[in-house]
Amino acid sequence: MTMQSAAPITISDLTMAYGDFVVMRDLNFTINPGDIFIIMGGSGCGKSTLLKHMIGLQSPAQGKILYNGVSLWDSNQEQMEQMMRGFGVLYQSGALWSSMTLAENIALPLQQYTKLSKAKIRAQVELKLSLVGLAGFEEFYPAEISGGMCKRAGLARAIALDPKVIFFDEPSAGLDPVSSRRLDDLILQLRDSLGATVVIVTHELASIFAIGNNSVFLDTESRTMLASEDPHTLLAENNDLRIQTFLRRGEIKGSEVSPAGSKEKNANE
Amino acid sequence: MATASTEPAAVHPAFRSDEQVTLHLIGTWQMEVTIPEVESIWKQVQSRSVRQISFDAEQLISWDSSILTFLVDLADRCQKKGLAMQTDGLPAGVQQLLSLARAVPKQEETKSFAPAESFLERVGEEAICFIRSAGELLTFIGATSLAFGRMLQGRAKFRPYDFKLFLEETGANAVPIISLISFLFGLILSFVGIIQLELFGAQIYVADLVGIAMVRVMGAVVVGIIMAGRTGAAFAAQLGTMQVNEEIDALKTLAISPVEFLVLPRMLALTLMMPFLTLYADLMGILGGALIGCTVYGINPIEFFNRVKAAVSLNDLFIGLFMGLVFGILVALSGCLRGIQCGRNASAVGDAATSAVVTSLVAIIIATAVIIIICAVLGI
Repeated sequence: MTMQSAAPITISDLTMAYGDFVVMRDLNFTINPGDIFIIMGGSGCGKSTLLKHMIGLQSPAQGKILYNGVSLWDSNQEQMEQMMRGFGVLYQSGALWSSMTLAENIALPLQQYTKLSKAKIRAQVELKLSLVGLAGFEEFYPAEISGGMCKRAGLARAIALDPKVIFFDEPSAGLDPVSSRRLDDLILQLRDSLGATVVIVTHELASIFAIGNNSVFLDTESRTMLASEDPHTLLAENNDLRIQTFLRRGEIKGSEVSPAGSKEKNANE
Repeated sequence: MATASTEPAAVHPAFRSDEQVTLHLIGTWQMEVTIPEVESIWKQVQSRSVRQISFDAEQLISWDSSILTFLVDLADRCQKKGLAMQTDGLPAGVQQLLSLARAVPKQEETKSFAPAESFLERVGEEAICFIRSAGELLTFIGATSLAFGRMLQGRAKFRPYDFKLFLEETGANAVPIISLISFLFGLILSFVGIIQLELFGAQIYVADLVGIAMVRVMGAVVVGIIMAGRTGAAFAAQLGTMQVNEEIDALKTLAISPVEFLVLPRMLALTLMMPFLTLYADLMGILGGALIGCTVYGINPIEFFNRVKAAVSLNDLFIGLFMGLVFGILVALSGCLRGIQCGRNASAVGDAATSAVVTSLVAIIIATAVIIIICAVLGI
């Protein structure tokens, strides 16, 4: 028995551009079902742009984004919308609709895309809020809750339709380390229990090593990807200076981040 | 969401004894299909002295969060009645989600709802609100006047570039819409007037009608209304968005007065541009009137413009320009005031823009009436 069958996501020869300006080119990687996939790289390298391409907000200049072998951008409007309904997206700020209560925010996709009765929608809303630890906050407006709670409510909305793939754009942004860690745990628990694939745009080392099991590293200077594999493997085995500099920031600054394998590598050096 | 099969969702209770029941979860439990009601199962459980509920999910084909809503409801009922619910027969994912959903207790009464207010209370509150907003308006006018005073002393802080930008936005960029509306307004005025004047064989006096109406009042009113909808709303939306993004707070913490930095350049630009726009609207209106008079009713164009020149005095022109100036102040004041008063969310920005337009229009009409009455009393 399964919750749902998540499908592999393949990025094939993807080039992203704004007009004539190429943001990233020749991106090739695969996200396996059930992965917690990290899109990482320095500021302004095109992480969020890649996310926008993957969720159907921005069309590629070249290349394909395949969900279970079906190209998102080569599908007709109806197919594309059908595919996009399988996505849940948590935006950086939560992006809750400010004129609606939390319950209304979560109920909207359920009202649009299911034939559930009002009572069943209400039950779903309460369930999704309780999953993110916000049971009882149904009638609050986004302006009445904290930033961290907005993020969690945004996550509740993102999982409203039990998506196959959940995308997170900088989930840790604006959160204190404790809240950030709690959100990471929540993402992990939801992935394990929902069986969904999770794609996260982040440059937070703590999150990358705590929950990521696959990743792509985007480089601003060369405007392409440098590697795509488990972040722990990247740290331990990849010799590219740009990747090592990025992944070892915690050690350089002497912060609490000490990813597995990093100390051994330092000792070897 | 993939659906392996569409075999309907069902629950079959198997009573192992009067105290123990195993619920067999069967079929496809997904949002698209109808799932069993907890109530019917609960009635069966209640009909015996059940102390423990367990589950068997061997025949469960697929599931989504709809199974969770069923189980959470059942768990709540069990908790209230003191029944034990063993979840180890459920799929691992369901067990995890169930424990996650019940990990944080529900916050009871986290939001206090105000009791319904009586009619009198609401009237009272509205009255207090009105008085408060009048106070805020006076405060804002005071702050703007002080900022204007500081500007005259060369002490006001705002960027000249912003001022130039607003001059362009409120002046040159508004010319096309003002051309169209005032031309058509003059045309309509002329058409309606000439039909009546024709009854007395006095078509030529349509030039007087259009000329005096446009120059003395209507040119300024038309421009005022256009600018209220176009520029006043834009000012409110701009400042409102800045309020939402905490940009105004950032100015305050730098000890830069938002009234000086944001309101003053907007107000100056619009106030300076309004008389010019009014003059332009007057000309376009007269042209519109002339078009109807000369083409449809065969009035000689030179004769038409001579009549206008004779009918319109400098007094009329200055009154019209003065009205334009006053309307500029009122529109800018309303737009900026509503923008500064804006709340901290997206809908508040919309409310601010709407309120700015309504306030501007009311202010324009009241000001028009006041100026006309004063002119009548003074005999000018």
